[in-house]
Amino acid sequence: MGKKILTTGNGAAAAAVKAARVDFVAAYPITPQTTISEKLSEFVANGELDANYLAVESEHSALAAVAAASLAGARTFTATSSQGLLYMHEIVHYAAGGRLPIVMVNVNRAVCPPWSLYVDHHDALSQRDTGWIQFYCADTQEIYDTVLQAYRLAESINIPVMVNLDGFLLSHSMMPMEENEQTIVDKFLPPLVPQWTLHPSYGAGTFGNVTPAEHYTPFRKDLMNSLEDSLSFIEDIELQYKRLTGREHGGLIDLYRGDDAEVFLVSMGSMAKEMEMSVDILRDTGVKAAGLRIRVFRPFPGKKLRELLPNGATALVFDRNYGFGSGGGIIFQELKSALYDSGKAITVKGLTCGLGGEDLTAHYMAELAKNLLSGKEGA
Amino acid sequence: MSIRSIKDMSDFELVIPGSGACAGCPSTIALRIVGKALGPNSVMLMTPSCAVASIGLLPKTCYDLPVQNICFAAAGASGGGASSAFDVLYRKGKIPDKPTVFNWTGDGGTYDIGFQGISAAAERNDDYIQFCYNNEAYSNTGVQRSGATPRYALTTNTPLGKETGKKNMPLLMLDHQIPYVATASLAYPMDLYRKVEKAKSIKGFRYIEILAPCYPGWKFEASQTIQYSRLAVKSKAWLLWEAEDGNVTFNSPTKQILEGKVPPVPLNDYLEGQGRFKHIFKSPDKAEILKQMEVDIETGIRLMLQKTK
Repeated sequence: MGKKILTTGNGAAAAAVKAARVDFVAAYPITPQTTISEKLSEFVANGELDANYLAVESEHSALAAVAAASLAGARTFTATSSQGLLYMHEIVHYAAGGRLPIVMVNVNRAVCPPWSLYVDHHDALSQRDTGWIQFYCADTQEIYDTVLQAYRLAESINIPVMVNLDGFLLSHSMMPMEENEQTIVDKFLPPLVPQWTLHPSYGAGTFGNVTPAEHYTPFRKDLMNSLEDSLSFIEDIELQYKRLTGREHGGLIDLYRGDDAEVFLVSMGSMAKEMEMSVDILRDTGVKAAGLRIRVFRPFPGKKLRELLPNGATALVFDRNYGFGSGGGIIFQELKSALYDSGKAITVKGLTCGLGGEDLTAHYMAELAKNLLSGKEGA
Repeated sequence: MSIRSIKDMSDFELVIPGSGACAGCPSTIALRIVGKALGPNSVMLMTPSCAVASIGLLPKTCYDLPVQNICFAAAGASGGGASSAFDVLYRKGKIPDKPTVFNWTGDGGTYDIGFQGISAAAERNDDYIQFCYNNEAYSNTGVQRSGATPRYALTTNTPLGKETGKKNMPLLMLDHQIPYVATASLAYPMDLYRKVEKAKSIKGFRYIEILAPCYPGWKFEASQTIQYSRLAVKSKAWLLWEAEDGNVTFNSPTKQILEGKVPPVPLNDYLEGQGRFKHIFKSPDKAEILKQMEVDIETGIRLMLQKTK
């Protein structure tokens, strides 16, 4: 068995990157991501991680350096947050279009203005159509395990993976977690064997050439299809991980007290753990409630949700984001769209909460759920 | 190392048939020579420019090297990232050797949108060669002004002529205290070849800027690319120099011209035939404008001479 340690979410992310034997890290400081890259620079400096660390001058450069290093054949990592993620947006698209198996941790933080250092999910959700796989973690252990799973996933299907964790609530909170033995990690995550790299021994070739429509469209369709395929990879990879470590986090969707439930409280990230207590509170008052945590937002697990939600159910969506001009939160819209052809009568209600780090306590969210059910609040 | 004639350059052709470049394209001519000096164990990184637009549509390419086309602002980071990755993979025994990494970037990708990343790569002393082929405008997008466009030049977004002078990018790179900086001209291919060979032999961040007279942008005949390359040097509008560890040396014929041993050709000989400057010669302010252009050139020379003291 592995070693029990007490660490922060950022510490867990850095520990996983080290265990993944990453070759190359490039990063730029931004609160509250900074301690991930600081820790990694320390691992490289003291020899615990045999990698090169490039301290770049911007997030655009961080992901560009990682993209070039990935194409050169290296296992790569970067971490960012909020404005930093937005600043690298052009290369976020490039990495997915280029089918580069990059893993990036994004520490969720609200977007300016107004300025805020605290959590909401609008930064990462505004990147939803870039072609990346997106995970949202709920605790320290899950961050560690998901980063390792992300490498296996990215390298299996050549799609970059973004692992999201809530700013400060997860990034800076100490929690106990278990670190794997290195032999277990090595068994789960074999060395990267790229199909083609920039090294001349692979032969000449132009990567990222200008492309006529008849070739451009198949490239994009292939990425669309691979993203759909990744749903089964995600579940399979977590199963393999569970066999080696005994730990799992729900695959695509983490369900709490779902058995006889009629009302499903849908959310993402750390608020979903708090929501489990809201479910208990509602259960005590006779509401047959369940917690439904979306762990993988891209690709959206629509099929799974159509199977999982029973006929006649009510889904209450708590969005820590907003879909400007769309009439509701982003998960609210996605869920409604996924259920449209389910053939089931499912009521979907939703609201936005927790922006800019607004504290979401169990009682507060239970109250919001009651208001949603009675029609006092939400869309 | 050193060769005596252009015929002694290696047989390696970086630019293979099928290039979509204009006839007389300075980037293509320069790349042929650069490729011969660097050899086939090299990796080329590019950001949007004519040299990318002329590759030929996928699945064709005109470059016989591994090439990565990355986004416009990413020259410095991609050069540093690829080079650093090769270092670590070689250290771990995953690749047989470390190839020469170079970035082939236009003046827009160097002076303007790529400047921050290139400056940072220079400051980190990332181990790659940063080339700038400077055609003094965004030729690829239809000849708009860049930070490298000289004062008074007509471009498609300076219809009255550019109001300000150009940045001195080679001098800025020299002030980054990098191991090697050089300027070059297509009219002096032996000088260019030697500088690329020298750059290849040095570790760390190296910068070579090649003046690239562009006939559709500067408005002269396609057959005159080399002629204008030579006139730029002989009129002192473009200086040939190199600096190893900050020690600046002027190269022939700039050296002889600055020492007064060879007279420069009149600046008008360089300017008059170029359509981008034709309005100057019809202007009632012609004398004043030409004087200002001389001042811009002499200021550049004065700043360079200070670096040799």
